[in-house]
Amino acid sequence: MPELIDIATRVVGWAEAGEQVEAYVVHERETEIRAYEGEVESLTSAESQGVGVRVVVDGRQGYAYAGTLDETVLRETIQEARDNAAFAEADEFNGVAAADGVAPAALDLYDHDLAAFPTDAKVALAIELERATRAADPRISGIESAEYVDSIGEAAVANSEGVVASAAETGCYLSAYSLAEADGETQTGFGFSIGRGAAELDSAAAADDAAERATRLLGAVKPPTQRLTVVLDPWVTAQMLGIIGHTLTGEAVQRGRSLFADRMGEQVGVAELTLLDDATNPDAFTATIVDGEGLATRPTPLIDGGVLQGFLHNSYTGRRGATGSTGSAVRGGFKSGPGVGAHALALTPGTRTQAELIAGIDDGLLVQGVAGLHSGVNPVSGDFSTGAEGLRIRGGELAEPVREITIASTIQRLLLDIQAIGSDLEWLPMSAAGVSIVVADVTMSGA
Amino acid sequence: MLDHELINRTLGAALRTGGEFAEVFVEDKRSSSATLDDGRVEELTSGRDRGAGIRVVVGDTTGFAHTADLSETGLRNAADAAAAAARGGGGGVREVAVTPVDTPRTNGARIAPEDVAKATKVELLSLADAAARGEGNAITQVSARYGDSRRRILVANSDGLLAEDDQVRTLFSVSCVATGDTGLQTGRESTGRTIGFELFDEADVEDMARRAAGRAITKLAARPAPSGAMPVVVGPGGGGVLFHEACGHGLEADLVAKAASVFAGRVGEEVATPLVTLVDDGTMAGEWGHFTIDDEGRPAHHNVLIQDGVLTDYMWDHLRARKEGRPSSGNGRRQSYQHLPMVRMTNTYIENGSDDPADIVSSTDNGIYVAQLGGGQVNTATGDFVFGMTEAYLIENGEITEPIREGNLIGNGPEVLTRIDALGDDFAMGSPGTCGKDGQGVPVGDGTPTLRVTSLTIGGTAA
Repeated sequence: MPELIDIATRVVGWAEAGEQVEAYVVHERETEIRAYEGEVESLTSAESQGVGVRVVVDGRQGYAYAGTLDETVLRETIQEARDNAAFAEADEFNGVAAADGVAPAALDLYDHDLAAFPTDAKVALAIELERATRAADPRISGIESAEYVDSIGEAAVANSEGVVASAAETGCYLSAYSLAEADGETQTGFGFSIGRGAAELDSAAAADDAAERATRLLGAVKPPTQRLTVVLDPWVTAQMLGIIGHTLTGEAVQRGRSLFADRMGEQVGVAELTLLDDATNPDAFTATIVDGEGLATRPTPLIDGGVLQGFLHNSYTGRRGATGSTGSAVRGGFKSGPGVGAHALALTPGTRTQAELIAGIDDGLLVQGVAGLHSGVNPVSGDFSTGAEGLRIRGGELAEPVREITIASTIQRLLLDIQAIGSDLEWLPMSAAGVSIVVADVTMSGA
Repeated sequence: MLDHELINRTLGAALRTGGEFAEVFVEDKRSSSATLDDGRVEELTSGRDRGAGIRVVVGDTTGFAHTADLSETGLRNAADAAAAAARGGGGGVREVAVTPVDTPRTNGARIAPEDVAKATKVELLSLADAAARGEGNAITQVSARYGDSRRRILVANSDGLLAEDDQVRTLFSVSCVATGDTGLQTGRESTGRTIGFELFDEADVEDMARRAAGRAITKLAARPAPSGAMPVVVGPGGGGVLFHEACGHGLEADLVAKAASVFAGRVGEEVATPLVTLVDDGTMAGEWGHFTIDDEGRPAHHNVLIQDGVLTDYMWDHLRARKEGRPSSGNGRRQSYQHLPMVRMTNTYIENGSDDPADIVSSTDNGIYVAQLGGGQVNTATGDFVFGMTEAYLIENGEITEPIREGNLIGNGPEVLTRIDALGDDFAMGSPGTCGKDGQGVPVGDGTPTLRVTSLTIGGTAA
């Protein structure tokens, strides 16, 4: 097939006088293999491509997409975007990104071996993951899913202001959801392993995690309601950071939907709190050298020593806020235009391990997993309340598992109530790294 | 959408490696949406997705491939890939001849969205914005979204089935932010139906905007939600998502087959109070989870899952039903031609009871009244579920009093089913939803009358 960058450039070349045009073209190959009871349950082999076209005329913006790169369809798509633009209202800050001279980081995010990795070997990994998870503990009673997934993707962006960029990335992971049973009670747990190439995958580690997370919840009780100190597992912290990242976007701030609006330069968290978004960190699985508008990604400090330092911007919010883009345009595929968001958020880690943090807590809770975060956190007001499961901490040691509880506070208080940040920074399959954090005075609702 | 002979040849190719079952799913979907935010109509988006997904089943293994290329070559390549993925090894040629099933191929839309001028759609957004802002200066931000889609599908398989459907859906939502001394609060309203633009004959977008604004303003004065276990009364329509999470997912046959459901092996048992009759019904014309055929070509069904408290059946797709030697219940759905079908809900609801809703509140000494729920999530293996309250009040001495701030409720599905002690006679459908499962989203509806759960855990901050 032709180079994506050539297709994107060709579409941009169709811009008429007075028009700005941006074309975003993607191509992706994916394999997904699910194993069950030693066999392949399903094997999906997929190749997909698509284009998204943005047209801006006199400050009016329109968008159209199509799931094919067929020449006729490309022509229809730009025409449709042009037609859509006529019905939107003008906004002086609308427009495609202007080149800003920042050079993309020199990162190699493409594993050539993955493209040549044979399907049989992928199948073997999925089946081995399932076997190892079942074998990890005699209390493992079943497997909800055990899968190998990979993706080899390329994206190109071009616009009529001279931005032309492309990036190719690979990724793969193994994940297992296990069921554990004892005394008629069932619990579930998950484990995963992720890499740019298959050589980085570790099925034994994923299987052990899936088994341990499920078995250690066996015998869980519903505790009484109280306020206590919680330790958030790295997985949980990363999910919270994902939501906090959303509140730190120029879009949320400019549209009056962020609890951090008007707080630049203020102390919003404890002095130990330093938060950076950095898509150029190759350890992040969401690392990328160009953003959704074709600008180079770059490190963006958000909170430093607890003080609010900056917000994330794409070219629209960067123009509107007169700060310029921070290379933080994100796209949810070719079906929508560029929004603004974090690529790879991380807290600066501390010096103590999770075990050391727990040893310092007399009466607390280790939160191993949360449920319903999407419905339980209001990123506008900052209120959050989420279902949780985990282990009580008594006298500095892990004690009985608990379930059917919620933990609640506000994002504002959470950042000010952090007592310690762990040393266990870990990049996860999401746009944030995990690390253990200790938070004082959280409400645990139970019986 | 495709020539029958081409379909037959494609199915034949898919079966060449010894597949026992092959299926071609063709989809042509057009969508359009328009958003208003920050006081102006921001952007109109339109898109088209067209392609085919081909699956081949050999024993317990499914091979799947999809293509956006609907030419003979494109389909042949996808069929080969799916056959290779399933790898039966039997070989040989199997002739397939599909027979069209007589399904009504005209959609239920009276006014096709593509026939409506874009300017008319955009005007709805501006009306909603003005109406919300008219509720007072406390309303500091409004966003509104209009969306429509027309999805034509064709399903053909090696059993000879050939069926087509034409699904039109229209959606409108408004979200408001209110600002006060205590910070920011939000309120939302949405409506979505499997009909065309005539949606707006029955849904007044200005009314919706005023309700969303009112919700956000009310919450400015809300106090922190209490925490701990207490009685919860859920208003009409609002409770559907509770049953979707609490037991709907656990009644999906794929999860049951893997013993990843607390309801596995319990057909015929009393799993709920006799007040509860739970139905999943894809035939409810116009509702958000409605269709004529599912994404495996089976007609939508009215499936009674729990009758007077007794578990009567699960929901089935083709694969799971075939294994059990029974018919599918019309619950095989997929997000798009790029996805494998699996067991999914349609419109899930609790039938009316006989209690007077006012009596249900007045006979509750102290608890919570939930008028609107947000999204939820369930762990089907344990039955533990959560869902967010987006509009809720305290009940004190039998009366609805102060609004409370958002919080999650947490409970256990099987326990909740046995703890429903009152069911009203005021059935209503709730808001349109998107149900996520294994990364695939599909439109679903739900409904309930007013009901009371004797004890649920409220996850507030007021300990």
